[in-house]
Amino acid sequence: MKSSVITFPGSNCDRDMDVALKKFGFNNKMVWHDDNELPKSDLVVLPGGFSYGDYLRCGSMASKSKIMQSVINFAKSGGLVMGICNGFQILVETGLVPGVLLRNKYLEFICKNVFVKLDNKENTYFKNLNKDVLEFHIAHNEGNYFCTKDQLKEIKDNNQIAIYYCNSEGKIEDQYNPNGSIKNIAGIFNKEKNVLGMMPHPERMIDQSLSGEDGSIFFKNLINNIK
Amino acid sequence: MEVNEQIAIDHGLKSDEYKKICQLLKRIPNITELGIFSAMWNEHCSYKSSRLHLKKLPTKGKKVIQGPGENAGVIDIEDGDAIVFKIESHNHPSFIEPYQGAATGVGGIMRDVFTMGARPIANLNSIHFGSPQHKKTKNLLRGVVHGIGGYGNCMGVPTIAGQTSFDSSYNGNILVNAMTLGLVKKNKIFYSKAAGLNKPVIYVGSKTGRDGIHGASMASASFDEKIEEKKPTVQVGDPFTEKLLLEACLELMSGDSIIAIQDMGAAGLTSSSIEMASKGNLGIEIDLNKVPCRETKMTPYEIMLSESQERMLIVLENGKEEIAKKIFDKWNLDFAVIGKTTNSKNIELFFNREQVAKIPVNILVENSPMYDRKWKKSKLPKKNKIKNEVLNKLKIKDVLKKVLSNQNICSKEWIWQQYDHTVMGDTIQKPGGDSGVVRIHGTNKAVAASVDSSAVYCWAHPLTGGKQVVAESWRNLISVGATPIAITNCLNFGSPEKEESMGEFVECVQGIGEASKYLNFPVVSGNVSFYNQTKEVGIKPTPSIGGVGLIKDYAKMISMDLKEIDNLVLIIGKTEGHIDQSLFARTILDEKNGPPPEVNLFNEKNNGETILNLIDKGYVKSAHDISLGGLLVAISKMCIKGNKGIKISKSKNLINEIEYFFAEDQGRYLIEVNKDDLKEVTKILNKNSVHHEELGIITQNDMIINEKTKVTIDELKSYYTNWLLKFMS
Repeated sequence: MKSSVITFPGSNCDRDMDVALKKFGFNNKMVWHDDNELPKSDLVVLPGGFSYGDYLRCGSMASKSKIMQSVINFAKSGGLVMGICNGFQILVETGLVPGVLLRNKYLEFICKNVFVKLDNKENTYFKNLNKDVLEFHIAHNEGNYFCTKDQLKEIKDNNQIAIYYCNSEGKIEDQYNPNGSIKNIAGIFNKEKNVLGMMPHPERMIDQSLSGEDGSIFFKNLINNIK
Repeated sequence: MEVNEQIAIDHGLKSDEYKKICQLLKRIPNITELGIFSAMWNEHCSYKSSRLHLKKLPTKGKKVIQGPGENAGVIDIEDGDAIVFKIESHNHPSFIEPYQGAATGVGGIMRDVFTMGARPIANLNSIHFGSPQHKKTKNLLRGVVHGIGGYGNCMGVPTIAGQTSFDSSYNGNILVNAMTLGLVKKNKIFYSKAAGLNKPVIYVGSKTGRDGIHGASMASASFDEKIEEKKPTVQVGDPFTEKLLLEACLELMSGDSIIAIQDMGAAGLTSSSIEMASKGNLGIEIDLNKVPCRETKMTPYEIMLSESQERMLIVLENGKEEIAKKIFDKWNLDFAVIGKTTNSKNIELFFNREQVAKIPVNILVENSPMYDRKWKKSKLPKKNKIKNEVLNKLKIKDVLKKVLSNQNICSKEWIWQQYDHTVMGDTIQKPGGDSGVVRIHGTNKAVAASVDSSAVYCWAHPLTGGKQVVAESWRNLISVGATPIAITNCLNFGSPEKEESMGEFVECVQGIGEASKYLNFPVVSGNVSFYNQTKEVGIKPTPSIGGVGLIKDYAKMISMDLKEIDNLVLIIGKTEGHIDQSLFARTILDEKNGPPPEVNLFNEKNNGETILNLIDKGYVKSAHDISLGGLLVAISKMCIKGNKGIKISKSKNLINEIEYFFAEDQGRYLIEVNKDDLKEVTKILNKNSVHHEELGIITQNDMIINEKTKVTIDELKSYYTNWLLKFMS
């Protein structure tokens, strides 16, 4: 299975994602933001970091990068595109997924483990996962997902909500919401479910010495689903 | 502008120093030259008050590849790998402008590390604030934490450990010390020594602006009421550019284009160019019109003294300019050939085709002033006699609650949760433990690092305090199963021109030297920050020690959380009941006098090495060193982290129960062992003459002390976690 990770100036989770994808069997290529064309890929990942310093709205500069036109075309033709953290912010800026990401409610960067509940397994990312609650890791300053009432209705009607912040039992309540996201939303799909944006970093949870191993479960399942 | 003595004094030079400059130059310097002298000869850059004493520190060892004198120290961690590390202060700027001050402190230290060819793999910090009641404390804390996070998070380097304290002596002078570890191949280390004639000198990174002019001079003076006026001397950080600079430099370093490289830190272009020339015994010629400037009409004086961040100076091999330029273009960074190396042994500056400065390099460096300042020796204070009646009136649970929730002991999670501590995917021990630990990517090895200081002990008796900080750093590394290798030190003191402060410095350095020599734990890098005083009030002497150790097989790493019910907890090292200068004495008894606990280096070494031996044999399930707050605080933290209880029965010791639980005797650890291993563990401890006793047995929940006091884990957690959250909300 072939994957591509895009490196923007200021990306800093690109290597971590490369390590994770290779560990679970992807043949991964790093792609420079200034390139015109994507290599042949089964999965394209927009990694975390601070693309262009995030000095404008997070992700907005990167969304206009040269390579992004190819990524957008790839997504529109049904290719799998996953944006993690800053990658999610970039996806939002391209309009591939709806909504915006605001500053965290308490105006502070948060780095910690969180639990997320899967809402929809009818997609390549989560199909066949034998768990409904995963422990992931977040590290962000702008992960407070927001959208209009109409958008919310639409994404609900289309089953676009991918994961919610919750507790270890899967309870979705305000107290388990780390950043003020509307309805505890931690990740969403596009309508067709081939594009996934999420704040948590599965690539930081890929062996037992790290913060946890649920990232391994996610990646193993993902590559099996793509095969 | 005609230079005269008054202008020199306004630049922070002393009258004698100005006379010396005129004498050495055999003429009066022009304003640009005066600026250069003031930047090179201030305390921050020249170490003029400290050099004499720093020379006495042990800096060599089998594992030391590079000691002090370069951008950072380098140690060998086997298999061709090396760790580059250093700690540095950014105290003065952080007090004036906490966010930018702290951020650029972090940026500066990372640059020191990657200048040597190493990719930064971990950040640490030691930050000290005034009393929580002081009106500035909360905002300074928030600003500093945001600044450290803002820079480190953006760079994608995990912040893995740190230390925070509050003490009214920092009311007018907070301390922000930042430390970075980087990883490099032993045969790919880059140095700042220029070599060869007519080699191109190139400037890369950000453009030069007017920010930070006289930053280093500002850091070499005390504060007064006009401090707000100094805001323009604080640099502004741009972590995004630094991230690009890091990647571009490492890319260029993978080839063979670079002869020497030096970051532009304190005193910017001045100190970087002069240092490279001085080390290479060469001259350097710079055309200032070629320096990329951010602002118009910058004068030679301003260009030379700017402390704009994220800049590097490189001496290239001839003919490599195009290769280098291509890399910096790719990363959208400025690149300019601004000069060349010469055999004149002068620094020569040109502007609009005219020579604007010409100074022999050796005058600036070797002839810089060095002072043997007067200093006052400290006496060991007399011990306090604390009456048993006073102690017996106290209830253990009440005392534990107060001590565990004290601002200098309580959980600092509010702080470190704002630092990305997991990026790079190799952090295997997060902040909040004895040391932070990161794996060496793709290997079974890991490095542990910790940063420590004990200002109260250093204040009470500098010599003992100096030793203690090194010993504590050593213990923190041992506690995670790391073999300690070397230290870096950041020496924060008051004015060297005051005998008391200078005495504190001299004796702390002596203590640090003695301990690091005995423990074979040499000093490989560091920095000195004097003049941490506002008007006449100086800070408590605060040397921060950053220790680094190696874990050969990270599967053997130890953490402090209690692991298993029915396991035993042993106290390693003797509890004598030393209460003076303990957190207990200072906060519960309100007793501020007396000597700090004695440091017995033989016991430190013996206890530490024996524990490493036990860890290597797999007997130690969890471990924690006993430091601030004493025994009961140490076990409480282990209970909280492991979510388990303990049944404690105080041994048949003669000392009072309170003394037993809250004394701060040194050289002690708590270790968890399995009952079945007790015999073998005891045998090893006895064979090595290590004092040990049993503290208690691990239980499902509740801490039960001598069958009469019960504290639930939830209670412990609330004591431990609430203070900082409440303070900051």
